[in-house]
Amino acid sequence: MLSKRVIVCLDVRNGRLTKGIRFAGNKDIGDPVTSARRYYEEGADEIVFYDITASAEARGIFLDVVERVAEQIFIPFSVGGGISSVSQMRDVLLAGAEKVSVNSAAVKNPAIIGEGAAAFGSQAIVVGMDVLAVPKSEDIPSGYEIVIHGGRKRTGHDALTWAKQCQRLGAGELCVNSIDADGTRDGYELTLTKAIAEAVSIPVIASGGAGEPRHMLEVVTGGGASAALVASIVHYGQYSIRSCKEYMAERGAKMRLTW
Amino acid sequence: MLAILDYGAGNQTSVRRALEYLGIPCAVTADAAAAQRADGIVFPGVGAAGQAMTALRNTGLDKVLRQAADRGQPILGICLGCQILLERSEENEARTLGVAPGLCRRFADDMLQEDGSPAPVPHMGWNSVRVQQPNPLLRGIDVAAEFYFVHSYYVVPAPELVIATTVYGREFCSVYGCDGLWAVQFHPEKSGKPGLTLLNNFFVRCREKNHAQ
Repeated sequence: MLSKRVIVCLDVRNGRLTKGIRFAGNKDIGDPVTSARRYYEEGADEIVFYDITASAEARGIFLDVVERVAEQIFIPFSVGGGISSVSQMRDVLLAGAEKVSVNSAAVKNPAIIGEGAAAFGSQAIVVGMDVLAVPKSEDIPSGYEIVIHGGRKRTGHDALTWAKQCQRLGAGELCVNSIDADGTRDGYELTLTKAIAEAVSIPVIASGGAGEPRHMLEVVTGGGASAALVASIVHYGQYSIRSCKEYMAERGAKMRLTW
Repeated sequence: MLAILDYGAGNQTSVRRALEYLGIPCAVTADAAAAQRADGIVFPGVGAAGQAMTALRNTGLDKVLRQAADRGQPILGICLGCQILLERSEENEARTLGVAPGLCRRFADDMLQEDGSPAPVPHMGWNSVRVQQPNPLLRGIDVAAEFYFVHSYYVVPAPELVIATTVYGREFCSVYGCDGLWAVQFHPEKSGKPGLTLLNNFFVRCREKNHAQ
């Protein structure tokens, strides 16, 4: 049986982490490669890097980070942020990433999902979805709307309809980020995660809201997610990946505990 | 030195990086003579069986693999490489290399995991292996270790070749081989330390074999 995954998210700008990371007893680490290596050694099942760089010049720096990561960590990792063409996908995959994540670009141009899947296989294409809870309406029957640009722009797409469309177009996985839960540390949006996990047959990664290991357990059991994405819960030395995974395993989730 | 066969497989760079990290001399090559001189051959693979067979025939690497098997030159097949070392695949109804007896089948679409949840295809993620017979390839690897899988087809080699199995919807062979020819369905280059240990075990075995001759 597949293990549930814990995926660590690192935000990178101009080749550095946007916020320093504190591992137990250590001062802030700003180098994404060093941090990725620490999480790899701590038992992360996967790592995702989000490039929040604006300039084309800094893109090159980011690709260099991806290559250095690939030389040092030997678990799958994905790359997202600003990817809007097959040639950009190719760049990060050749640099050593296992998967690419597309978000706003897929909403603006859904064909990119199929083009990526045809070129690199569905397993390499993750669609990231930022979702906002809204009143139910004719256009948004589920009460969950897709938003882009970090939640600033509403799109009028129903999240469930979009999730099914992404699967049909060839997405290999969906990363469902709740804008409402993000940053609250009150737990993942379980209703949303479960609704999407039931609507599609591809794996769903839950994102946004993890504040303690219990939340991670909830989302991979009741929430139907295949993976829990974490950031601040592990970045500030509060919980180690191992302690989260052991907590989940002790309560019945199948986790990878040997590495 | 290990030769990583270059026929355009997507994971050849990851395999090279893992070997380099381990300090194992290696080269990605499509050159038959270079492959024949190597202590062992790593045969990576990602993608479809039919296309891979075409690429192997076009580069002449199909002959290199068959000759290596005949001469007892060690081979490690990875993922699609593991599948096409067998005789045929249901994928594109391809006749494959036939270096080892067996065939490759597609997972059913309606499988369930042990907890009753759906087991969609592809099988993608971390899963355990059950050792069916001890083998030097798995030396030093904890029985609880998990490996990273991405595949829609599974191998059915001759029963005596099965070294380890994995359960996803059904039980299938995840490691097979005999002395000199090994194949793993998962990606050791993406499976953390247990995967690196497996790659190192392969290299050690290649060296031992080479020195014995």
